[in-house]
Amino acid sequence: MPTYRPGPVSLILAVLVALFLLMPLLAVIPVSLTPSRMLTMPTGELSLRHYRSLIEDPRWLESILLSIRIGVVSSALSTALALTFSLGVWMFQPRFTAALVGFVLLPMVVPPVVSAVTLYFLLTSVSGISSFFGYDTWLGVAMAHSVMTVPFATVLILVSLSQLDRRIDLAARGLGASVWERATRVIMPNIKFGIVTAALLSFVLSWEEIGVTLFITSVNAITLPRLMWMGLRDNIDPAIAALSVILIIITVLVLAVRSVITRRQAAP
Amino acid sequence: MRGTLSDRTGAALLMAPLLLFLVLAYAWPFLGVVKWSFTLPTPGLGQYGALVSDPLVQSVFIRTLRIAAIVTIVSVTAAYAITVVWVRGSPVQRVLAEFCILVPFWISVLTRAFGWVALLSNRGLINTWLQSIGFISEPLTLVRNEFGVIVGMSHFLIPFAVFPLASAMRSLDERVLLAARGLGSSRMRTFWTVFVPMTRSGIIGSAMITFVFSLGFFVTPAILGGGRSVMIAELIYLRIFQSPDWGLGAAISVVLVVFVGALMALLFRYVKPKQLV
Repeated sequence: MPTYRPGPVSLILAVLVALFLLMPLLAVIPVSLTPSRMLTMPTGELSLRHYRSLIEDPRWLESILLSIRIGVVSSALSTALALTFSLGVWMFQPRFTAALVGFVLLPMVVPPVVSAVTLYFLLTSVSGISSFFGYDTWLGVAMAHSVMTVPFATVLILVSLSQLDRRIDLAARGLGASVWERATRVIMPNIKFGIVTAALLSFVLSWEEIGVTLFITSVNAITLPRLMWMGLRDNIDPAIAALSVILIIITVLVLAVRSVITRRQAAP
Repeated sequence: MRGTLSDRTGAALLMAPLLLFLVLAYAWPFLGVVKWSFTLPTPGLGQYGALVSDPLVQSVFIRTLRIAAIVTIVSVTAAYAITVVWVRGSPVQRVLAEFCILVPFWISVLTRAFGWVALLSNRGLINTWLQSIGFISEPLTLVRNEFGVIVGMSHFLIPFAVFPLASAMRSLDERVLLAARGLGSSRMRTFWTVFVPMTRSGIIGSAMITFVFSLGFFVTPAILGGGRSVMIAELIYLRIFQSPDWGLGAAISVVLVVFVGALMALLFRYVKPKQLV
């Protein structure tokens, strides 16, 4: 059977776009190897000093640990909330479902800067009540990140529920399983993959969140993106290039592993 | 029966935690921001009046709309070119296109903006190279201006523009294209008169998503604009943190939400949400 394939013009244009997409990711590699203390191209000599400064400068390590802590807590919170909500939607199909889901998705649709102002308002108000939960605290950041990631977690879990065969649940119900048993022993084992994906995506989104974080932190809760931002605004620190190279390599590896896994699952 | 919970209580119990969380941590503080816009520094509509009369605010709004429009055209065109190959290419071409779309998609906005700084700055890759081959003597100003912002934002938004287009191209009936070719239409003509019109919903969806995203963009313009081409989001940031004028910052936020909401309503009149993924 003949198929409709892109012609030479399409291919050339696509290659140009692909180069455009990859160019800035490749550009950070030479910069990260410069021996200079400023952002320049290396001339002749190469150096790993900026990679070393990532390990030796305690600020980088501290912010990485903080970002991991915030990511884990906010991902746990948003996955748990998204899971219970989605189970409620799927098992009981209540009225007004569309409106409620729409409400839950709002933080994903509203311009991030407006969410940032909103969360700034929230955390500065909370600061008056409790000092470890408000503005510029790691718990405050974790909660704000949950607000931003919970719509994504909900979408992923709802999608994996929509692929589940309702008759499994009906059978469990007919055999006398309680709501709790249906949820934990019948439905959840069948959407494991969706739940794990939701938790991972929430973690990644929190790990790289910057728009909201800028509004709700100042000197105490310096996450990794916040520290990068500070290094980018003032005097550009080539250590950021070294860090970017590492992050890009991790991303490529994760995507490669994922594509191998999905390909293996697709093959019988 | 052991299932003592009625359906209604069960649903309420399961759905309440998230709804409560978002009401307390999102809806309530948003209303607080709306209140700011009417009460700070003095109660009344003063902040909204300032929005209309302040030439600085106006110029930022106009710049934002202009940049968003240019970025939308650039991103959708570029996304179209690569999506054609991702959806219709040979198996190897598909894998390569997917790689080029997904790798940038998953890399943080900061790293990507930084990559552009490394490429475009005065001592960056492009200027160093152009000077070393003697093409220019003085470095070109490619960053800390609108050009840098447009490049960086388009780079960020192309992957997002790809998904609605890919969805439209996948659902298109290939036989129509083969029929056009079989009836003697050239490649170019088939593309422009059959392929493009049949992916219209994807183009609209993709343009809307890119445009709406561009309006609220913060990080890329702040880094690549270098404070010189301020967009709405950065203006809000400046009003709240640098010249503390929370009322005006809040009023701009409210206007932005209303504008984006209107655009989305318009979008969903023409495209079903399902066609966007």
